[in-house]
Amino acid sequence: MSTSALVSSPASAQAQVSLRRRFAVWLGLLILLGIAAGLVTGPAGFSPSAFWADLQGQTGSLLIGQIRLPRTLGAALVGALLGLSGAIAQGLFRNPLADPYLLGSAAGAGLGAVLVLAAAALGGHFISLTTVAWIERVGLVSAAFLGALGGVMLTLVLARGAVQTLRLLLAGVVVGVLLGAISDLITVVSPDALRGKQAFMLGSTGFLGWNAIALMAAGLVLLLAAARRWARALDALTLGEDSAASLGLDLARVRLVLVLMLSLATALAVSQAGLVAFVGLVAPHLVRRRAPGPHGWLLVASAAMGAALLLWADVISRALIAPQELPVGVVTAVLGGGYLVWLLKQHGMGRS
Amino acid sequence: MTLTAHTSVLHAEHLRVRLGAREVLQDVGLAIGPGWTALVGPNGAGKSTLLRALAALQPLAGGRVTLGAADGPDLHALPAPERARRLAWLAQQGEVSGELTVRETVELGRIAHLGLLGTPGAADVAAVEQAMALTECSPWQHRRLHELSGGERQRVLLARVLATEAPLLLLDEPTTHLDAPHQVTLARLFRRLAHEARPRRAVLTVLHDLPIALQADQLIVLASGRLQASGSPRDPALQAALVRVFGGAIRIETDSRGQPRVALLLDPA
Repeated sequence: MSTSALVSSPASAQAQVSLRRRFAVWLGLLILLGIAAGLVTGPAGFSPSAFWADLQGQTGSLLIGQIRLPRTLGAALVGALLGLSGAIAQGLFRNPLADPYLLGSAAGAGLGAVLVLAAAALGGHFISLTTVAWIERVGLVSAAFLGALGGVMLTLVLARGAVQTLRLLLAGVVVGVLLGAISDLITVVSPDALRGKQAFMLGSTGFLGWNAIALMAAGLVLLLAAARRWARALDALTLGEDSAASLGLDLARVRLVLVLMLSLATALAVSQAGLVAFVGLVAPHLVRRRAPGPHGWLLVASAAMGAALLLWADVISRALIAPQELPVGVVTAVLGGGYLVWLLKQHGMGRS
Repeated sequence: MTLTAHTSVLHAEHLRVRLGAREVLQDVGLAIGPGWTALVGPNGAGKSTLLRALAALQPLAGGRVTLGAADGPDLHALPAPERARRLAWLAQQGEVSGELTVRETVELGRIAHLGLLGTPGAADVAAVEQAMALTECSPWQHRRLHELSGGERQRVLLARVLATEAPLLLLDEPTTHLDAPHQVTLARLFRRLAHEARPRRAVLTVLHDLPIALQADQLIVLASGRLQASGSPRDPALQAALVRVFGGAIRIETDSRGQPRVALLLDPA
C-alpha cells in the first residue's frame, strides 16, 4: 500500500533457512564435543591423558563403557527431553516463562520419590539392605515417572480437562502446593526420605545406565515425531486462542495432546535424573533468540539445545571439584539463573 | 448492492449471550447479505460479543445462527473445520506472540483446509499468494511480525483471514489504532473484496470510526445488547437511530453527492 514506506530490506527466505542451518551445525558440534568432553572427564577432572590411560586398562575401559558413556549420553537425552518439553509448554501457554514443571509434574515426581524412599527406609528394618537398594532404584524411577504423570492428571481433573488455559495453570499451581506439602509431611516423619529427596530435587546424572538410555531414546524419538506433527497447532496459537479456534482447531483436544506430550517428556526425564533446573526454560529461549522460526523448527532445535546444555553442565559438575561431583542441577541453576540475569540486564539497557 | 432477506449469507435470530450475570446480547436478530456491512454502536454495546457469537466463538444462551437463510445449517453445530471454511474471524487486537514471518502467519489460514497434519499443495500456495497480494504484504513476506508497524501487522492478519478463502469475513475493529491513510486503504480493500474480488466476499466489520462505517453498503446499529436499526447508511431512519444511540454527540449531514457524513458536536445547539 502506497502509504507505508519500506525502510529496512526484508530478510530473504533463504537467509533465514541458512541461519537455522548454521545454528543446527553449531548445536551438532556442541553436542558431539560435549559427548567427547563427558567421556574424558573422570575422577581426575577434565583429563584426556587419564582417559587414554583408562582406555588401555581393562577396568578403566569397562568403567568408561558402563558408567561414563551411558551417563554422558543420558545427560544429553534428559536435556533433550526437557528442552522439548519446555518448548511445548512455552508455545502452549504462549508464555516465555513456562517450563516443563508447570503442571504439577515436578511435585508429583517428588512425592513419588519420597514415598518410595520412606517405604524403603521402613522396609530396611525387615529385609536385606541390598534388596532395599535395588527396590529403591527401580522403584524410585517408576514412582517418579508415575508421580509426574499423576500430578499432571490431577491438574487436568481439577481443571476439568484442558478447556481453559488459565484454569489449567491455576490447577497446576494448586497441585504443586498440595503434593509438595504431602511430601514435606512424609519427610518430617521419615528423615531418611529427606536425604534422598534432596538429591532427587537437585537433579543428578549419576544413576543413568544403558536401560535408562534405551527408554529415553525411544521416548524422545516418538515425542519428536509427534511434536513435529502438532507444531502447526502451536504456530496457530501464536495468533491467540480465539483465532486458533476460528481456524478450525479443536482447542480442548489440541491442548490435551500437547499437555500429554510435554508431561510424558518431563516424566521420562525427571524419573531418571531428578528435577534438573532451568534447562527446559532456557533452551527454547536461546533458540528463539539466535535462530527464530516456526514451531516445527523450534521444538527440534530446543531439544538439541537442551541436550547441549545438560551435556556441558554435566561436564562442569564433574570437572569443577574433581574427584568430587556437584549435583548437575546446581550447575544448571547457576548457569540458567545467570543467563536470565544477563537477559534482564540486556532488556534494561534496551529500555533506558 | 442492496440487501434483501433472501440473499443473506448469514442469518441470526433471538440471539442471547450471557457473560456472568450480565445479559450482553438480548434477542438480537439480523441477516447479513453480500457486500460490506458495518456493525456500529457505542462502547459496551455488545458489538464484539455479537461478532464472536456469529463466528461461533461465543456460546449462546439462546437463539441460533444459520448459514445462508433462516433454514440454513446451524453454524454452532457445524464441525469446526467445516465452519472455518465457511467464515473467517479476525480478532480485535492483533495479539501475536512468537516469531513467525509474515508468510508463515498467512499460511496459518490454510489450516481450515489442511487440518494440522496436511501438506500444502499448489492451491494453498496460490491462496496465500493472493491474500498477500490483496493486502500488499508480499514485498516483506519474510519479515517477522514483531518487526512490523501496527498498520502493517493488521494487514498481515487480514491476509491470514483472506487465505482461508472463506466467503464470509467477520472482522472486529480492523481499522482501530490506524491513522487516516491506513484506514482509507483498508476501507477500499473491504469494498474491493465485497464487489470486485474473485470470488466476492461478504464482509462484516465492527467499526468504531463512523466516517469509515458510513462508507459501507449496510449498517447495523447495536446499543445495550439490542439491535437498534439496520439498513443503508443513506436511510434517514437509520441515521436518526445512529444519532440517538450516540446520545446526540454526532450529527449526520449529506454531501452534494448524497453521501452521508458525520460531524462531532462539541457545543450543544
